[in-house]
Amino acid sequence: MLVEQIALEFGMRERKIRVLIAKPGLDGHDRGAKVVARALRDAGMEVIYTGLRQTPEMIAEAALQEDVDAVGLSILSGAHLALAPRVVALLRAQGQERVSVFVGGIIPNEDIPLLLQAGVKAVYGPGVSTSKIAEEIRQYVAAVSDEIVR
Amino acid sequence: MRLVEAVLNGDRLALARLLTQVEQGTPAGLKALDMLFQHTGKAYLIGVTGSPGSGKSSLVNRLVYALRHPIGDASPKRVAVIAVDPSSPFSGGALLGDRVRMRDLAGDAGVFIRSMASRGNLGGLARATVSSAQVLDAAGFEVILIETVGAGQAEVDIARLADTILVVGTPGMGDEIQAIKAGILEIADILVINKADQPGVEEAEQFLRMMVETALTQKDTDDEGKRWSPPIVRTIALRGEGVQNLLDVIQQHAAHLENSGQSQERVRHRLEYDLINRVQERLLARWWGEVAEAAFREMLERIYRREISPCQAAEQLVEVTNQL
Ligand code: B12
Ligand SMILES: Nc1nc2c(ncn2[C@@H]2O[C@H](COP(=O)(O)OP(=O)(O)OP(=O)(O)O)[C@@H](O)[C@H]2O)c(=O)[nH]1
Ligand SMILES: [Mg+2]
Repeated sequence: MLVEQIALEFGMRERKIRVLIAKPGLDGHDRGAKVVARALRDAGMEVIYTGLRQTPEMIAEAALQEDVDAVGLSILSGAHLALAPRVVALLRAQGQERVSVFVGGIIPNEDIPLLLQAGVKAVYGPGVSTSKIAEEIRQYVAAVSDEIVR
Repeated sequence: MRLVEAVLNGDRLALARLLTQVEQGTPAGLKALDMLFQHTGKAYLIGVTGSPGSGKSSLVNRLVYALRHPIGDASPKRVAVIAVDPSSPFSGGALLGDRVRMRDLAGDAGVFIRSMASRGNLGGLARATVSSAQVLDAAGFEVILIETVGAGQAEVDIARLADTILVVGTPGMGDEIQAIKAGILEIADILVINKADQPGVEEAEQFLRMMVETALTQKDTDDEGKRWSPPIVRTIALRGEGVQNLLDVIQQHAAHLENSGQSQERVRHRLEYDLINRVQERLLARWWGEVAEAAFREMLERIYRREISPCQAAEQLVEVTNQL
């Protein structure tokens, strides 16, 4: 165990995936966000949790300061079409083109294409297994860093 | 290097990206650190440590807000925060939640908050915290607050980094105070009793006062001018009460360090410790790069079979690299 740790730290310092998990808007349902945050931690990622009632501006600013690879928005209030595209636009405007945005919560099927069109990578509804979420986030982030070798 | 220039010019995205490079110890990150070092040494470093959940993040939120909105005609300081939370030893991941308490600082271009995972480091900081503080210092932040992992007693690395150290406790932690009394009380420049809205404040303060007084008689008190007895300050971070007073006490401590010549002493110690760490890290990295893992495992087996003592084994493993 110790040997692996030393090897990791001195040999090939693995790049940890950093993810910001945020609850935009006035929506108070935070169970899903917390479940996903914990699941991503258990999948080896560094998760920055911002808590409730975040404006898109606050989320984009936090994403910048934390230099995250991905932003996960948890929205159960129905306001996803207003909030998620705004976060994507703010991230792009501040030069974070490579940050992948994910949305989870209560999203009607017909809205999913609209979110994807706005630049969201994937949408997850109730009952999705957290291991699937973690695996897909890992793949999306890996694809981006392959594209633009940092 | 473009990244370094951008950081010196106040580019926040460049700063964020450089902090990542530095945290990962990439060649670009190390090179940038070298280039930035001449611009460091200006920031005032405040360490905030104490038991888990005592209100460190809430207090940092209030302190930074007060520094950004000074009373009178003092000008606001540019402030950075490094908030360290533990990594999971099982998955290597981390849940960094300190930002939740710092929402009052959003939208202020004079503030920069960065969360860090401890990544297996045991002293309450991450391995890269010192370097990150140097980057923020060079980037022109005048005050840097460093929140450590919620500390029991062994996590005292912050003592070697900060100018002023706040140890945050809460009332009604009777037994808990006992538990934190060792190492952690010794490093305190200021003792904060947060959550002073809760019962047991008097008892907590009495207890701390007793601890401070006995500690003082034990410590070397030969040099009158250098003596500083840690003041005990009550706060209610939730409502912002006592925060301005805490800031005043921090300023008194800063003045004391300056007047007694200890601020230079602290800087020297900080750099000395930093140097030792970097030497150790390099030696270990070099050794690890040279000793074959198979040889290491083989030796471990021999120790396990009690054929060789750990001491002899270490001697031989280091000997191997010396001969290379
Ligand atoms: C529990 C619950 C509450 C609790 C919330 C407790 C809490 N702290 O979270 C309480 C009782 C407080 C509550 C209140 C209300 N609720 Co409610 N609530 C629910 C309920 C029953 C379950 C939600 C839940 O916690 N699920 C468990 C978690 C683990 O699942 P999840 O959030 O869906 O998360 C999963 C996925 O969506 C995804 N995911 C979620 N977030 C993210 C983020 C990322 C980045 C990723 C990758 C994935 C991901 O992964 C998770 C794991 O699979 C739902 C109905 C339902 N079946 O969903 C209604 C529901 C969400 N509530 C609803 C409503 C209307 C309300 C109220 C407005 C009711 C009222 N009139 O007062 C209030 C509003 C409160 C507020 N301030 O916002 C509606 C929303 C309707 C809509 N959007 O169109 C729902 C859908 C019920 C319904 N069918 O009408 N609610
Ligand atoms: N009653 C009361 N609660 C407080 C006060 N300050 C903080 N809290 C609460 O204490 C809890 C922990 O606060 P944090 O600021 O997250 O504490 P912390 O020391 O940073 O916690 P860790 O980083 O997890 O070790 C939160 O629920 C706060 O709202 C206070 O002055 N009074
Ligand atoms: Mg905290």
